[in-house]
Amino acid sequence: MSNAKVNQIADLAEYAGMSVFVQHQNGKVHPVSIELIGEARQLAQKANSPLYAVILGNKIDEIIDAISHYGVDRIFYYEHELLQHYSTEAYTKIMCEFIRSQKPEAVLFGATSFGRDFAPRVAARIGTGLTADCTALEFDEKERKIMQTRPAFGGNLMATIICPDNRPQMATVRPGVMRKPECVETQSSVVKITPELSEEEIMAKTIRIVADRIRTVSLTDADIIVSGGRGIGDESGIALIQKLADALGGAVGASRAVVESGWIAPSHQVGQTGQTVRPKLYLACGISGAVQHVVGMSESDCIIAINKNPNAPIMKLAHLAIAGDLHKVIPELLGQIEAAKADGICQFE
Amino acid sequence: MKIVVCIKQVPNTDKVRIDEKKGTLIREGVPSIINPDDMNALEAALMIKDSNENVHVTVVTMGIPQAEDALREAMAMGVDAAIHVTDRAFAGSDTWGTATVLAAVLRKIGDYDIVICGRQAIDGDTAQVGPELAEFLDLPQITYVKELSIEGGKVKAKRAFEGGYFDIEAPMPVLLTVIKEINKPRFMDIRLIYKAYSAEADFRVWTANDIEVDLTQIGVEKSPTHVFKSFVPVREFKGESVSGTPKDVAAAALEKIISLNLR
Repeated sequence: MSNAKVNQIADLAEYAGMSVFVQHQNGKVHPVSIELIGEARQLAQKANSPLYAVILGNKIDEIIDAISHYGVDRIFYYEHELLQHYSTEAYTKIMCEFIRSQKPEAVLFGATSFGRDFAPRVAARIGTGLTADCTALEFDEKERKIMQTRPAFGGNLMATIICPDNRPQMATVRPGVMRKPECVETQSSVVKITPELSEEEIMAKTIRIVADRIRTVSLTDADIIVSGGRGIGDESGIALIQKLADALGGAVGASRAVVESGWIAPSHQVGQTGQTVRPKLYLACGISGAVQHVVGMSESDCIIAINKNPNAPIMKLAHLAIAGDLHKVIPELLGQIEAAKADGICQFE
Repeated sequence: MKIVVCIKQVPNTDKVRIDEKKGTLIREGVPSIINPDDMNALEAALMIKDSNENVHVTVVTMGIPQAEDALREAMAMGVDAAIHVTDRAFAGSDTWGTATVLAAVLRKIGDYDIVICGRQAIDGDTAQVGPELAEFLDLPQITYVKELSIEGGKVKAKRAFEGGYFDIEAPMPVLLTVIKEINKPRFMDIRLIYKAYSAEADFRVWTANDIEVDLTQIGVEKSPTHVFKSFVPVREFKGESVSGTPKDVAAAALEKIISLNLR
């Protein structure tokens, strides 16, 4: 088998349509796929192109139904029993079939461990570029290029990447960065395809899938996140953060320093090497605001920072910057929240 | 059994400084290290070597002349042979270009059972070179490997994902990318350091002329993706600051929280 080559396309205009790979598991669509549909909808509008969703699976009508209310023009549903669970080889083959038959100008994947596993293989088989882990996409109408912006060097630097001469333009996009779109009245048309696929084509075989016993903390879905950094002092500081989160009905986040100190599980980590979140309220307690943390939470609707150091970087980012000792401020705040709840001024679940 | 480990020399991002005006990296004075995930890849290979007879480990890097240090360090950890692939023609290659060069290197090596890469490098964070290389070599791949064993001529791996792991089995040859959970990399062995830098070391330098690589597919010009611009993320102060007694500042916080009307 000879490898594909790049820089072979004579007429880029043959490629049209924005497309999104829809990831799902156990009957649930991964939130990043919905976020991507919203983003791709805007790109498609600017490009005056159709919007496609590509869904692989077996007997997943409920997924198709869920996706069909987000303004996708056409859903390509590849149904096969060997697509029931993710495998690199089967998913790569089908995505390449979709690309070769539909010639989309762009394909977007969630930058999950699955998207990042097979999107590079698809790009390598097709012969095109791929930009990893993007946090912003913009359509340049004049040149019909997608400007793909992503953090590099741990978030210290942002780079805007283009793929000018090859199609489709492909990107994986970080979960939790793009806004979820509203549902629409219209329904997508669905093209159902039964691809040819045999077991022998899947050499790396999944023997079983084991779910973590400890539920992963879903920070990306939380409206309120109370996060602790090095300034919480030690492990007991986590209890204080937890109390405040409980009082507000929020989730607990943490900086890399706290996770690396072993004070809390890595699933709580916010930032470049953790999760990206955009809650309605982000309470940063004792977090200095290193770039690698900030890239994971700077899009929060409201940021309140409590820090001893009024010049800490997080204080410049915060909507409310509180200079003070969190070990004194948080207990006081807890007391005031209790009082406010008792007075019926506010209620948090 | 023959194992090839692909590594990258990277600037230590913890010590990186940025030229805020130009939006570029100041590399001067920033120490270079073996990419952390690649250290785990080396360790994974050496652990297989430790527990099996007749295992030969080769380490490969594509990089500037200075990247030789990374290879010597890998040899001092216990790797048998090193190949430094270096040529101006490779400069500025994106992941496509890099995987194209590495694929040509692996084809020249010819005989290998397992290729191991780190999941991703801390400078680019793309995680793309491993899968692209696997595709070019037409190998099955297992990425995000956090546990690894070889049984009955097959590779068995636990492949981590966001909600747990997959148990995956694959025949060899196979390409793996590993994550830091898999092991704790060993230090250099003092007895091996001398050998690693001696003439005795099996150390080769290959340029574009030594491998069969299509020059229309690599380098800064021919790579499919281009950096349009780079910049330092700007954040301007848009909020208010308060200070005072814990009681006062807590009241300000509560007022702000209530104003958000969250419930």
